[in-house]
Amino acid sequence: MSAKTPLFEIKNVHVVVAGKEVVSGVSLAIYPGEIHAIMGPNGSGKSSLSNALMGHPAYAITEGEAYLNGKSILDMEADERSRAGLFLAFQYPLAIPGVTVANFMRAALKAHRGKDADMSDFRKLFKIEMDSLEIDHNFATRYLNDGFSGGEKKRVEILQMAMLAPKMALLDETDSGLDIDALKTVSAGINRFHSDANGVLLVTHYQRLLNYVKPDHVHVMMSGKLVKSGGPELALKLEDNGYEWIEGPAAEKAGV
Amino acid sequence: MSDTLKQQNDGLSKIGSDYAEKYGFHDPVDYFHKGAKGLSHEVVEMISRMKKEPDWMREIRHQAYDTFLEKPTPKWGNTALLNEIDFQNIFYFMKPIDASKTSWDDVPEYIKRTFDKLGIPEAEKNFLGGVSAQYESEVVYHSMRDDLKAKGILFLDMDAGLREFPEIVKKYFGSVIPAADNKFSALNTAVWSGGSFIYVPPGVDVTVPLQAYFRINAENMGQFERTLIIADKGSRVHYIEGCTAPVYSTDSLHSAVVELIALEGAYVRYTTIQNWSRNIYNLVTKRAQAHKNATVEWVDGNIGSRLTMKYPCVQLVGEGARGEILSVAFAGIDQHQDAGAKVIHAAPNTSSRITSKSISKDNGRASYRGLVKIHKNATGCKVSVECDALLIGDDARSDTYPTMEIDNDQVSVEHEARVSKVAEEQLFYLQSRGLTEDEGRLLIVNGFMEPFTKELPMEYAVELNRLIELEMEGSIG
Repeated sequence: MSAKTPLFEIKNVHVVVAGKEVVSGVSLAIYPGEIHAIMGPNGSGKSSLSNALMGHPAYAITEGEAYLNGKSILDMEADERSRAGLFLAFQYPLAIPGVTVANFMRAALKAHRGKDADMSDFRKLFKIEMDSLEIDHNFATRYLNDGFSGGEKKRVEILQMAMLAPKMALLDETDSGLDIDALKTVSAGINRFHSDANGVLLVTHYQRLLNYVKPDHVHVMMSGKLVKSGGPELALKLEDNGYEWIEGPAAEKAGV
Repeated sequence: MSDTLKQQNDGLSKIGSDYAEKYGFHDPVDYFHKGAKGLSHEVVEMISRMKKEPDWMREIRHQAYDTFLEKPTPKWGNTALLNEIDFQNIFYFMKPIDASKTSWDDVPEYIKRTFDKLGIPEAEKNFLGGVSAQYESEVVYHSMRDDLKAKGILFLDMDAGLREFPEIVKKYFGSVIPAADNKFSALNTAVWSGGSFIYVPPGVDVTVPLQAYFRINAENMGQFERTLIIADKGSRVHYIEGCTAPVYSTDSLHSAVVELIALEGAYVRYTTIQNWSRNIYNLVTKRAQAHKNATVEWVDGNIGSRLTMKYPCVQLVGEGARGEILSVAFAGIDQHQDAGAKVIHAAPNTSSRITSKSISKDNGRASYRGLVKIHKNATGCKVSVECDALLIGDDARSDTYPTMEIDNDQVSVEHEARVSKVAEEQLFYLQSRGLTEDEGRLLIVNGFMEPFTKELPMEYAVELNRLIELEMEGSIG
């Protein structure tokens, strides 16, 4: 792939949930090796955008285009998008009672590879990844997200990302509900995952995650639109001044 | 036809055709004895004569037949389906071969092939202590490991049990489930044939499971096996039963009576994997008596049949006795699983736990019907009831009919009931990890069943998961 081809590109994406448009024409191009962050206040549409891009049936993309490695993903089901290399770390991961983390992980890997993962390779890799995320090994036999604390759920999301090694990872509010130690562990996990070949899109309300995971580009989302884009300094400015600071033509255009 | 609709229809037709291939085949037969359809005192007399039974058993049968005629059809459960049963259009006695064999080589080739396909001889070699294989009305193969025989364990088919140990049978037969208990226990008592007879001597631990497999082959067949298990003081036994039948357009009836007696300090586990074809009415009475400090566990899985009505019961009659009923029911297209549990606390410091899990899919219907009764003298009892229902699709139905009759105020009773749907959010989560919608739904269902499957011997857990997988194929979410 030439460096000029975006790894992940969306053009003029509109998202409708329950009959209401919540994302109104977002465009973005993420090149291999890049980390982007979308920041915005609650209700700005950033979580809806990530859910829609992953293929949640309740979040309809009514207009626009989305490409992974130059290939349109909009006609794909969520599972096809996953197998094509897209990943979403959930803001609120769901519990699947009776299904252990290890069995779930094996099922997911099998879905990706089309065959069962070698048991001993799997165990080895799984243990290494659990150790780096400071997840106790007994989580392997616990039921997925069943009774996990908020922080445990987020670590297990990053664990899944590490195991599945997607090309493009969307991380939806992965920092929310984490104390400072957990935030550091999770950030280290994201940095370990990130390489020149893949892309990361962080969706977050707060700047603090960006202290540990350095974005190349920061976009500000308000009322369903990207109203401002810049480098990492934009995040710091938001931290100091809040979202109210963003004014002018962009904000007016977004109807703020 | 839209793509989705087509997929659904393909999926649905797959379910039937797969059962047909795996279990639903039938053999062309040449029976030793095939009676006529219909029931009368003459038929009852014929069955008893053919089995050369003692007079007392013949009399029990005739009396029970009168009771059957007097008893009304139950006015609860699925009355519409119950009233469809035409008792005169059923074969009550088919004897496939002259006598039960102890070597598979002596079993007629076509019957042996059937059990081969069902994997019975294989399982016997690998992990069972004894096997009984019933085909239509009688057991055609029966065997138990020599080391178990040497411990004095008796494991025979019920007809042989009556022939060889009439005094034990006379003492216990009908002692837990009298003929007059209900219409179908009366019917079974009148025309019973086959089933298992087990006696475990005091202190003996049957370390490997004993298994019976029940196969119906003929159309309009009635199978009425009768099982009696007596675990003497301090003994332990695990008994497993499985069953299948061919797919026919007309209905067959399976109506068993199972009586368990766990004497002081004994432990009995009875595991059922019921996978009848969807033209079978499965109307079964199962009841256990647990004496002082004894434990009885019913592990009851219902996947097949058109209508199942079955409520395994434990009567806790001795102080410190414990009863556990773990049941799971899967109701797919046109199926009604009316399953449940009954526990009677008739002694102090007894404890019981009921865990019921049901899955309804398409227009399937699963009901939990349960009774917990605590007698006045039963102080210090502990009861826990947990019912979980999972619905797949908008037409699936689940009902809960729990009854508690508590005549003692020094007891601890917990009851929980939950109904959930396979949620779109859960499916999306799994799909976002690369699993297809069907794979995701299956994973959720397997997870839901996990508390049940983890109680099964590994081989059965695998088999059960595979059965569920077949049932789930092309599910209408």
